[in-house]
Amino acid sequence: MTVAVDPALAADARRERRFFLSLSLPALFIVGLAAILPILWIIRQSFLTTGGEYTVGNYEKVLSSGLTWSALATTVELSLGTLAVCILLGTPLALALASARPRVANVLMAFVMLPLWTSILVRTYGWLVLLRRDGLINAALTGSGLTAEPLPLVYNFTGTLIGMVHYMLPLFLLPVYAAMRDIDANLIRAAASMGATLGQVVRTVILPLSAGGIFSGSTIVFIYTIGFFITPAVLGGGKVNPLSIRIERTLSTFQDWGSASVLGILLLVLMALIGVMFLAARRLMTRNKVGVAHA
Amino acid sequence: MLEAYPHNRLARILLWGFSGLVMAFLMLPTLVVVPLSFSASDLLEFPPRAYSLHWYENFFGSATWMAALRTSLILGTLTATVAVPLALLACISMNRLGGKAAATIQGVLLTPSVVPGILLAIGLFFVLAAQGLIGTLFGVLVGHVVLAIPVVCIVLLPALARFDWNQVQAARSLGADWARAIGGIVVPQLQISLLSATLMAFLTSLDESVISIFVASGRNSTLPKLMFLSLRDQIDPTIAAISTLWTAIVVAVVLIVTLRQKS
Repeated sequence: MTVAVDPALAADARRERRFFLSLSLPALFIVGLAAILPILWIIRQSFLTTGGEYTVGNYEKVLSSGLTWSALATTVELSLGTLAVCILLGTPLALALASARPRVANVLMAFVMLPLWTSILVRTYGWLVLLRRDGLINAALTGSGLTAEPLPLVYNFTGTLIGMVHYMLPLFLLPVYAAMRDIDANLIRAAASMGATLGQVVRTVILPLSAGGIFSGSTIVFIYTIGFFITPAVLGGGKVNPLSIRIERTLSTFQDWGSASVLGILLLVLMALIGVMFLAARRLMTRNKVGVAHA
Repeated sequence: MLEAYPHNRLARILLWGFSGLVMAFLMLPTLVVVPLSFSASDLLEFPPRAYSLHWYENFFGSATWMAALRTSLILGTLTATVAVPLALLACISMNRLGGKAAATIQGVLLTPSVVPGILLAIGLFFVLAAQGLIGTLFGVLVGHVVLAIPVVCIVLLPALARFDWNQVQAARSLGADWARAIGGIVVPQLQISLLSATLMAFLTSLDESVISIFVASGRNSTLPKLMFLSLRDQIDPTIAAISTLWTAIVVAVVLIVTLRQKS
């Protein structure tokens, strides 16, 4: 059945739609100007010589350099390392918080989220103070006789990883905690009444039902860590060089805009690859009905 | 959630013991700088042997730090002033259009929060360099505005979803123009959300470091940029004082926002 629409009303509706579309234009314009244009500019710059002529020389130079590939490897190692530690530390913490009484859980969550509200520079500074050779943790370790010598905890890969995990853990925790909170307590009671041990409940009920949250958390960890700059720059002490650091050095120290842009594009490609992998994994998960049982 | 297992004391103790350690790990670096900021010594001794306000005097007495603080505060205010109205209009647009159009707009507006900061920073650096705008407040401002827009949208979209649009239609049919309908009906009812959004936009700018590091320079260096540079060169306890002030202010702001939202 078709409904006859008054042409005047239809024109009115179209006009209103155009008006609402126009309301987004200022925001879209500035995002285009300050986010999308810059990305396109990086692509353009990657094909330019310092003199401004077109070239593929930047690509040849960057892709044939061993430094590029070790930077790529460091980027992936840092991301995967951060993810692994976040899963190990975050999942039990989320379980504890989800099993607590709501009032207690809310208060504890506020504390967990505290680092999220402090500047990354404040936290990086805190870690420097804690992890240095003569820092608090080494003083405690040597003082108690656990180690004879201070451990090299910072200005290296370990320090960078600690800083990155510290940054990402609250962000990883949020979706995992939300997923666990959503689990129907009756499922656990049912499992318990049929004789499942606590370990079995965690393995066969809680973890599968929070897989969706763990997955979202992992996506967030990857999106953030792939381009991390401040933490490796300060806590890496020049020895940890992921793509972000190579980009900065190529730009600031060597003034090589073309090569810096090629490295930037490598970072974009890496992001896109990871994005495709995560989308494929999510499709697979929904097909196997993992983590969607509460839907 | 685990009430069905009241007798697994050991498992519970292990789980909470482990969680306690993880929570300590999360809080430690923020808390450790507080006593250090009151230390009288140039060395980072812990606990400090003598206390003083030396590092706070150092911060408030330094022309460089004060200039950076001023820049950051101005930049935060400008960012909120620009980003909140732009994002409010965009959110109204998405709310009214719905469907594919809204999803597309949202996708574009969220781009800056998904792209690594370092890429935005160097891209913006190239664009601004081509226009001779490196080191200007304007350059950093546009960068901060696009980072703040997604944050503001996250606050305003759900608030608008709860808003009854029929009120605006009633006003319109009674002869109010759009500016009056939005300014007189939408804005007052979203007051609390708009306040949170403004504070979030301000904090986004205040906290942003990567774009500032690449694009701001000289007189327009922001506080995070200066902190970054001095962290890279040496460990100056002045940073402990700044960090303590910073955390205190942010915690206060967050507390005010959450308490207001609850009431």
